[in-house]
Amino acid sequence: MTHLELVSELRHIVGERGLVSDPDALMTYNADGCVMDTHDPDVVVLPTTTEQVVAVVKLAAREHVPVIARGAGTGLSGGATPMRGGIVLVTSRMDKILEIDTRNNRCRVQPGVINFELTAFLKSRGYHFAADPSSQKACTIGGNIANNSGGPHCIKYGVTGSHVLGVQMVLADGSIFWSGEGIVEQPGYDLTGVTVGAEGTTCVITECWLKILPVPEATRVVMAVFNDIRPAAETVSAVIAGGFLPAALEVMDTLALKAVNDAYQMGIPPGAGAALIIEVDGVDDGLDDLLAEIVQIAKDKGAIEVRPAKTPQEQVNVWAARKNAFGAMGRLAPTYHLVDTVVPRTKLPAIMDDVKRISKEVNLPIANVFHAGDGNLHPIVLFDSTDPDQNARAHKAVEEIMRLSIGYGGVISGEHGVGIEKQEFMSYMFNDDDLGAMAALHEAFDPEDLLNPGKIFPRKVNPNELAATRRQASTVPGGLAAIVAKHGEKVWI
Amino acid sequence: MSTALAPAPAPPRTLVGFSGKDSPEPALINTCVHCGLCLSSCPTYRETGLEMSSPRGRIYLMKAVSEGRMSLASEVFQGQMSECLNCRACEAVCPSGVQYGAIVEASRAQIQTAREHASGTGPIRPQGASVGLIRAFVFGRLFKSMAMFRGFSWLMKMYQVTGVQWLARNLGILKLMGTSEMELMLPRFSSTFTVPKGQVYPAEGTKRQRVALMPGCIMSTAFAHVHEATIRVLQKNGCEVVLPPNQGCCGALHTHGGDLDGGRELARTNIVALEQGGLDELDAIIINAAGCGSTLKEYGHLLHEDPAWHDRAGKFVAKVKDVHEFLAQIGLNTADLKPLPVKVTYQEPCHLAHAQRITAQPRQLLNAIPGLKLVEMAESSLCCGSAGVYNITQPELASSLGARKIENALATGAEVIATANPGCALQLAVELKKKGRDVPVRYIVELLDESYRGVRSKSLA
Ligand SMILES: Cc1cc2nc3c(=O)[nH]c(=O)nc-3n(C[C@H](O)[C@H](O)[C@H](O)COP(=O)(O)OP(=O)(O)OC[C@H]3O[C@@H](n4cnc5c(N)ncnc54)[C@H](O)[C@@H]3O)c2cc1C
Ligand code: SF4
Ligand code: SF4
Repeated sequence: MTHLELVSELRHIVGERGLVSDPDALMTYNADGCVMDTHDPDVVVLPTTTEQVVAVVKLAAREHVPVIARGAGTGLSGGATPMRGGIVLVTSRMDKILEIDTRNNRCRVQPGVINFELTAFLKSRGYHFAADPSSQKACTIGGNIANNSGGPHCIKYGVTGSHVLGVQMVLADGSIFWSGEGIVEQPGYDLTGVTVGAEGTTCVITECWLKILPVPEATRVVMAVFNDIRPAAETVSAVIAGGFLPAALEVMDTLALKAVNDAYQMGIPPGAGAALIIEVDGVDDGLDDLLAEIVQIAKDKGAIEVRPAKTPQEQVNVWAARKNAFGAMGRLAPTYHLVDTVVPRTKLPAIMDDVKRISKEVNLPIANVFHAGDGNLHPIVLFDSTDPDQNARAHKAVEEIMRLSIGYGGVISGEHGVGIEKQEFMSYMFNDDDLGAMAALHEAFDPEDLLNPGKIFPRKVNPNELAATRRQASTVPGGLAAIVAKHGEKVWI
Repeated sequence: MSTALAPAPAPPRTLVGFSGKDSPEPALINTCVHCGLCLSSCPTYRETGLEMSSPRGRIYLMKAVSEGRMSLASEVFQGQMSECLNCRACEAVCPSGVQYGAIVEASRAQIQTAREHASGTGPIRPQGASVGLIRAFVFGRLFKSMAMFRGFSWLMKMYQVTGVQWLARNLGILKLMGTSEMELMLPRFSSTFTVPKGQVYPAEGTKRQRVALMPGCIMSTAFAHVHEATIRVLQKNGCEVVLPPNQGCCGALHTHGGDLDGGRELARTNIVALEQGGLDELDAIIINAAGCGSTLKEYGHLLHEDPAWHDRAGKFVAKVKDVHEFLAQIGLNTADLKPLPVKVTYQEPCHLAHAQRITAQPRQLLNAIPGLKLVEMAESSLCCGSAGVYNITQPELASSLGARKIENALATGAEVIATANPGCALQLAVELKKKGRDVPVRYIVELLDESYRGVRSKSLA
């Protein structure tokens, strides 16, 4: 099928207005929030209904063309980048809130609904959607599910996956499947779990049931200022070890503070080494006592100042500053590489020291803004990508932090997904058997490797060939490892 | 793999890049880190869901042209530079501090210059002869001479009051000519025009400040009554108000429309007029239209490459104050406000909320009026789709955004829609007319004025 024929069939499905085919316009879809690698799609469609998605996926399966789902394209790992071209399927027009069922604490929405708008809509009814990525003003629920996104409040409420009660999946052959009925209990396999965090490689999400929660009766926000990042990280461990469960524990270091201080009128003293945002919520009665106990821990660890956000507006300002910190990095350097790894919380102080050392070694500034409560760190390596030497040094820093995180018993992705950004690091964490098991699952859902191909698995690994080798290996004594040993190299490469 | 796809070969294109003065600066373009946080604030993205219709997409297109990967002649590029409302909502939310207004205006200037110089055989389509003539008249003559502008306004007014308008409407001539929408846009002109001739209006009570008012173009003819209200409100607040002569249009239409040189000429005229009007003795230069205010405040950037004028512009800009900003800053005289029991919703002009970041003060003033109940509408800071000549260049988007705005406004059940910009006021009036709804649209200063005077205008009664 020629490009022209494909475009004309797609036009029948989504109409002229639902289609983008001009090469200059397609160029704007060649990356998400991560521009380290770009690739233009062959065509973009903007369906409004599940039926249209089904028709597009069926056509793609018939013609063997990749389909890449895309929400707002705020992903930070290249998840929505069409690495092999094909059809980018954008959900921005599937933005309807379909049903609010407060009595059962749930709602049903289309995937293109913007996270913040859902919460704003629910707020007037006294509810909220708890997963709140810092990009919530722009990112979509579909993207949140596909990346299993986290946010500042996930320490208490859990990441996106904890709030998904069922997903309408359009599978690779165009069939529709609901993974759950919108209630917490689900017999049999947890197929919702197969879409959560799968980065669009197992299905296209076209609708979902989400759990919603009542807005807490009261909220308190304070910011503890420290001379250095270490005592801030130590406070986090101590607070959790003390049995507290704050709604948020977020750390910003001196560079990050510099980026947001002026823009958001935070009024942080210029020499501050780090700030820890502490939020507690719940029943109003006793909340101040609880907060006082946590603040005492911060003071014991060396907080030089504790500033409460007194009014709701002040609370909004503190969060605006925190949530815009990544974007504000553009004020400090032309390019940044945001690392997203997780370590056990108690290792946070140690790895912060390592990051400082690495920054010196590669001679590049590294800022830190992170969900400390979850042990999810975000060192942000600042550099100028037009300088090849800086590029190489930045890459070295990133790799080093990845290795260290794994060394501390952590993982290489906290919440931003693997995409293309971290695909090469997968083999640091997973051996052939692990990757083989993932490939087998992937193959069951995407046997032709057409759903967002070229992601998650290391670039050289074709997941379907890996799955086939793994099957074959079941008949060989010693399994996959023996095959690898015998051939001297991975046969699926 | 997409091996099955044989993309149609792209026709060979001659790449025309940015050139000469007024190129969007690469350093400004590169402050965009492609995070996408601005997407949901952009009215055109909200309406279309298209990446190239978003701020990030548009900056990406500018970057491609700037780096020589895309042609200035690209239809997508030119289309997007025109589709953008220049509402600057993206600028206000961008964490990286991208100066979007500056780069989109420079891009438009590049396109406009290229069109004017196009030969007809090259890749850039020259502008049509009629467009050229209209641009030359409107940008080059009409807005440059206030005398001519007032003359033109007077003709329009005659058209309205003589009954010719009635005739034209009822005979359907306008529909036939495809201009009915535009005709709806025609403001109802004030009965007298505000002509700055060096008048001085004394302060009431103790004199606290000496300020100049810049009446502008459209505001001084179609909305002269708003100036009268502004002057009275300023007087009530202890301000002596002067109207220095020889000033004119602020140049907003020019700078937004890609005629930066035209804008510069007007900027210089105004700076000279105010200097001669005693700039040094002034505490502030007051402007009551959001779009003009943001343009005046940006004279420094407009003239930044002109060493002879840059400092003078700086001194001028330092005194420019939006009227709401000013009143809130000096402390509103609340003692003389009389009750105005009316339910009001506020439509935020983009050039107040986004370009000047003035959001709290207008609400503060409204809330200061006893008896007035302010009810917030949904998406109050989303552009109403007016944006200068946008209704003419992008009628479809302008009208869908207008309808969206009016629905949000009416949903509040407000009896009055308050705003602070002529474009918004006209757009709201048109949409109300289309819907057959009779809700008055008023400037905040008009409401303040009525509260001070203790009279309720006919439309509010
Ligand atoms: C400034 C900034 C701050 C951020 N902060 C956070 C944060 O605090 N926490 C966090 O977790 N992330 C954060 N992110 C990353 C990003 O915003 C999230 O991953 C978000 O969930 C992506 O949503 P999106 O709609 O933009 O998805 P996209 O970027 O469009 O897509 C992301 C992935 O989801 C897939 N996908 C999208 N829609 C569907 C669908 N309907 N069906 C199947 N697959 C689909 C895509 O193929 C892709 O693999 C941040 C990003 C930025 C730029
Ligand atoms: S303009 Fe600002 S908010 Fe928008 S993508 Fe660029 S950096 Fe992000
Ligand atoms: S100025 Fe307004 S319309 Fe233009 S890109 Fe920015 S937000 Fe969108």
